[in-house]
Amino acid sequence: MRQGHQSWVFPSKPVILGHAAIGGPFEAQGPLAEDFDTLHGDLMIGQDSWEKAEKVLLEEACSKAIEKAGLRKEQVNFFLAGDLMNQIISASFSARTLAIPFLGIFGACSTAMEGLALAAQLVDSQAADYVLAATSSHNGAAEKQYRYPTEYGSQKPPTAQWTVTGAGAAVVGNKGKGLRITGATIGRVVDMGMTDPFNMGAAMAPAALSTIETHFRDFQLPHDHYDLVVTGDLGKVGHAILSELLPKHNVMVPLQRYIDCGKLIYGDNPNVWSGGSGCGCVATVTYGHLLRRMSRGDWKRMLVVATGALLSPISYQQGESIPCIAHAVAIESEQTGE
Amino acid sequence: MADQKKKKLTPVQQEYQQLAQRHEPKRPLVRNFTRAFFVGGFICLIGQGITELFIRYFDFTEKTAGNPTVAVLILLSALLTGLGVYDRIAQWAGAGTSVPVTGFANSITSAAIEHRSEGLVLGVGGNMFKLAGSVIVFGVVAAFIIGLLKTLFTMGG
Repeated sequence: MRQGHQSWVFPSKPVILGHAAIGGPFEAQGPLAEDFDTLHGDLMIGQDSWEKAEKVLLEEACSKAIEKAGLRKEQVNFFLAGDLMNQIISASFSARTLAIPFLGIFGACSTAMEGLALAAQLVDSQAADYVLAATSSHNGAAEKQYRYPTEYGSQKPPTAQWTVTGAGAAVVGNKGKGLRITGATIGRVVDMGMTDPFNMGAAMAPAALSTIETHFRDFQLPHDHYDLVVTGDLGKVGHAILSELLPKHNVMVPLQRYIDCGKLIYGDNPNVWSGGSGCGCVATVTYGHLLRRMSRGDWKRMLVVATGALLSPISYQQGESIPCIAHAVAIESEQTGE
Repeated sequence: MADQKKKKLTPVQQEYQQLAQRHEPKRPLVRNFTRAFFVGGFICLIGQGITELFIRYFDFTEKTAGNPTVAVLILLSALLTGLGVYDRIAQWAGAGTSVPVTGFANSITSAAIEHRSEGLVLGVGGNMFKLAGSVIVFGVVAAFIIGLLKTLFTMGG
């Protein structure tokens, strides 16, 4: 049901029945390693190309999420997925394996929450009983497509980010036990004229601001309503910018409750420069770390704002600036008193 | 050029870009320059060493030792690229590893490895000069123009 101008409220509060996160070798060395369902020691994951490896990651995340939801894949009505590869091949090829009716989506790194919002909407409007939403990214595959060959020796600036090798999936259903999705805000594309593809955090921060601001306005919620506001992959640079933008625009989210997945996933590792990025960043941190901690009762209400930079290597070379988007999904634990 | 681009931005965009710029961590220029200087110099030192070896033990002259020296450096660079070490050294050394001939070799080898999964002809063959291609093209064009100028000047003189 529409709420305000560009948000959805889900009166039936669809349940996240199962969620899973799969990671690669570099993620296994990070501080969140414990929260992954499976970690691979080999970046190739036994495949013969980066692209095939990414597909395997996504398939594993999907199977694991379905298994944890206590379902069989035949019971899942729809599969919503996307990734960073051209023609979203990781998602489509996983859908071939899963054989669940499939809708491909693209929102760059915001795909995780785009999928989760749509899944909740489908379930809430009784268009489906169970929907699977998933996304993935692979460091090698993304570097190859967006930048240089992985072994090419080019020096990256301190604003650059490290694409996460990982996949995350969640099964949303109409009944059962688990964390509940209460609302979502669909972002609009924001372009501040930033052109540096090695500074995505700064390009995406205004999109996150726009969505967060709209979310609170549409739902008429106090700014301290959520125990946690999480952005997708702004990294250290974008996190600092948004921390300044929020109070400047009178969105008084308590800043100690604002965190960023790109900052969390690798901790203080200086080798990832500004932090993690990619579809897999917000997906693995949310579906691995954050939902687990929420289930344990660390937080009751959380707003996940996945940010995406909608550029392509061609648009960048043709001198276009970087349009960005952010989608927000509100998740609550069942204990929340109404 | 940069000013022209700025003019097209709305005031809101300009204001934001100034804010964003304040949060941009500075590139450690002095450190980068120093490292590039010493690593680049070190690679040349290795090259000089190889040249001396060729002259002393393999009967090359100062003139003929050049080509085999370059070949050895290219081989070493390709080997380090294949072993997955070169890009790590390059992140540390910056221009120090990309300017010498080893950087050129790295750009070709890395592209060839990366596109191996798309087959030998269209993958490796078609993509190997993806990065190095423009160096070759503009190198040849520059050489042509310089050659032309030289001919013109020597004709007059």
